[in-house]
Amino acid sequence: MSVTDLTGLTAAQAVAAIERGETDATELFEAYRAAALADELNAYLWVPDGAPDSPPPAGAPLAGVPLAVKDLFCTQGVPSQAGSKIIEGYRPPYTATVVAKLAEAGAPLLGKTNQDEFAMGSSNENSAYGPVLNPWDRARVPGGSSGGSAAAVAAGSAPWALGTDTGGSIRQPAALCGIVGLKPTYGAVSRYGMIAFASSLDQAGPLTRDVADAALLLRHMVGHDTRDSTSVGFPGEIATPSAERLDGIRLGVPEELTGDGIEPGVLDAFHATLELAEQLGATIETCRLPHAPHALAAYYVLAPAEASSNLARYDGVRYGRRAGDGGDLPEMYTRTRSEGFGVEVKRRIMLGTYSLSSGYYDAYYGSAQRVRTKIAEDFRTAFDNFDFVVTPTAPTVAFELGSKVDDPMAMYVNDYCTVPMSLAGTPAISIPNGLSEGLPTAFQIAGPAFSENRILDAAHALESAIGFDASGGRLSRGGMPSTSSGRGAGGPAEL
Amino acid sequence: MSSELSDVLDHIEKIGELDLEGVPPTTHVVEVSNALRPDEVAPSLARDVALEQAPAVADGGFLVPSPQAG
Repeated sequence: MSVTDLTGLTAAQAVAAIERGETDATELFEAYRAAALADELNAYLWVPDGAPDSPPPAGAPLAGVPLAVKDLFCTQGVPSQAGSKIIEGYRPPYTATVVAKLAEAGAPLLGKTNQDEFAMGSSNENSAYGPVLNPWDRARVPGGSSGGSAAAVAAGSAPWALGTDTGGSIRQPAALCGIVGLKPTYGAVSRYGMIAFASSLDQAGPLTRDVADAALLLRHMVGHDTRDSTSVGFPGEIATPSAERLDGIRLGVPEELTGDGIEPGVLDAFHATLELAEQLGATIETCRLPHAPHALAAYYVLAPAEASSNLARYDGVRYGRRAGDGGDLPEMYTRTRSEGFGVEVKRRIMLGTYSLSSGYYDAYYGSAQRVRTKIAEDFRTAFDNFDFVVTPTAPTVAFELGSKVDDPMAMYVNDYCTVPMSLAGTPAISIPNGLSEGLPTAFQIAGPAFSENRILDAAHALESAIGFDASGGRLSRGGMPSTSSGRGAGGPAEL
Repeated sequence: MSSELSDVLDHIEKIGELDLEGVPPTTHVVEVSNALRPDEVAPSLARDVALEQAPAVADGGFLVPSPQAG
């Protein structure tokens, strides 16, 4: 098969092509490695020198289809920097459980992908290694924080990718790049070896070209891990989605997340998808998530609070950078952290330590934890009456590079529709559902804890009905992309 | 940065509009308690491997500047 034919396949199609003997794991890996090396979106921070020495064992379910992995997953001997200067060049002595599981299943590491520093951001502009460009329009952001993973999959330089989602960091970049992204139920996937942002929210998940690939990748990710005491595994197996209809499915449309603040073009696409869902047999009714409008506020207390604790470890002692010489230990800490962290990370550490400080703890952190309880209750009530809650994934299409970097609140509202599910710990998928101004829009389907199989089935039925044309993101087939803004574009960073 | 943080805190303070009296806090969405495992000896990172990524080492340990000035 030609290289273009190979990289045009979905991951599931590539598995089938290898099994039929039409290609082999090494040829496929080299085709993607060449595509990753030729990447002009700054999506990759590291690409290996060659294909793995030994092909996957015969019968490995993923057959050697390579996997792009967000930088913050620890990969033994391979740079794992979480998009930060403070651990520039860090090569961990161990591999994250989920990356190891996928390698064993036959998905070798294709590369490490760019991201917002420590997963803090919604545009990938907070990476210390430069922004990632959106393959649909290089003057725009790919979303974040898993922006490199999303851009690589959308552009066709990776068959699929791993991301992490704390408040929307898989779903929102998937939305802005016109691909599928799934945040699993909290605890379904091990967090061992993920460089932590907010431990009670972080969850790994797939970014893929279609819903079937999301199911295939997730199948080999879930499971309890003795090295992550918060992992609970998944009851049963992730199945291959096959539904073509939505008969009897009740969709709840929360009025709090489908009105003000959502761009008209995004809302139009949302309503068009609701009509399709109705034609497929679903019933659609308005529902309430009364505390959802306060989710973002609670999130920006809880996540920074956890981050301020998690990021205390970057002190220039055990790994990463130590800034300068001279002075005593406290001076070394201060210098290292001042020089090593970017501005958004500093903002969040300050927010976190402030909300945890004596005198403010109850008003901020304690209250935010109570809001979290109410939001989880809102979802439980909604799921008593509905199979799924559906919303637009992101309030806007991809925005221009630089347009929101100086306004944290404008950036944070990108996660308005995704943060509530994160706080509730429930699973949600984002699928592309149309174009507005020539850029992808997306539809989010959220269900109760461990309803991934039902979510994937519903997403599959809708995906078939929508028939989204992803070619606008594919560099090799979409013709000349629009002009670059010239900011940070370039090949993989030198490491 | 102080004005940016003020904007964020203004937004966060909207939580104060809610009546949260008597609502229990959620620290974790997964109900796992006492996730204990048998206390068995198992291999861990070798010392030289653990030290490999450190900016400075001496005598088999992490080397840091003196905690006290002077």
